[in-house]
Amino acid sequence: MNIKNKIKITVNGKQMQIIPKFLLRDLITKLKMPLNKIAIELNKKIIDKKRISKIKLKKGDKIEIVHFIGGG
Amino acid sequence: MIDKKFKIANKIFKSRLIVGTGKYKSFSECAKAIKTSGADIVTVAVRRVNISNKNKARLMDYIDPKKITYLPNTAGCFTAEDAIRTLRLAREIGGWKLVKLEVLGDKRNLFPEMIETLRSTELLTKEGFKVMVYCNDDPLMSKRLENAGAVAIMPLAAPIGSGLGIQNKVNIKIIRQQTKLPLIIDAGIGQASDASIAMELGCDGVLINTAIAKAKNPIQMADAMRLAVISGRKSFLSGRINPNLFGSASTTNEGII
Repeated sequence: MNIKNKIKITVNGKQMQIIPKFLLRDLITKLKMPLNKIAIELNKKIIDKKRISKIKLKKGDKIEIVHFIGGG
Repeated sequence: MIDKKFKIANKIFKSRLIVGTGKYKSFSECAKAIKTSGADIVTVAVRRVNISNKNKARLMDYIDPKKITYLPNTAGCFTAEDAIRTLRLAREIGGWKLVKLEVLGDKRNLFPEMIETLRSTELLTKEGFKVMVYCNDDPLMSKRLENAGAVAIMPLAAPIGSGLGIQNKVNIKIIRQQTKLPLIIDAGIGQASDASIAMELGCDGVLINTAIAKAKNPIQMADAMRLAVISGRKSFLSGRINPNLFGSASTTNEGII
């Protein structure tokens, strides 16, 4: 894959490069995130986790993946 | 005397002690403290996953949300929009609707921003959330929160994490008089006696994080808090004697030699 074809996205504030046609599902798999313990936001919209195989990531997409941590 | 059930948003809970999961040395220490405390509700926060360290331990691996009720909070939120975004995400993780709202107004004293808190309560309630609200100990604001649909009123005893204990017993008593909603002291507890006092004032429960997590022996403190809440509740239900300025001998003078 030519590096010029790579797409820049931001995941949890960090820049990442992905190949075209990369699905949100591919990203979650790549990051080894357990789906039942996270929530996902794409460009500030919450994503239904059942739909992640249908969402193609685009240049400049901003993704937030959150989970529960300790808190008061 | 048989106590009435501790019920929040129509769900019955066994323990009147709610425990926070922050500030512990490890998740395993946190899990042990929760078990010892007897709490069946724990507060949790929503934060970004660490994508650089995929194997980092997760809270949910140590505290099973099927066995303990997770109460997602909005820690670190300063506006209604931040709070709503956070709780929508929490709901998405696993369907949580019972939530703890805290909208802060000042980074140093961590006091609640009550205008934003009230607005958030209204908006979240309309979205179907059951909102337990961290608030200041103001009876008028508490009433407004109740009218806005809050399912529990949770006034501070003192600033979050301060350990100063209950600073304004009068206001807590007034709020108790005016509301039938669960009244839970949230923030400012320092030691077991503070938890007992909260219960003796007629509160339905106490929410404690720092006083347990940062104690020298958190597990033992969790046990102390468990006992203090039970003790304070029993003391409240038993009906204290009227305070008196003068002495009243415990031993009769009859038959004195």
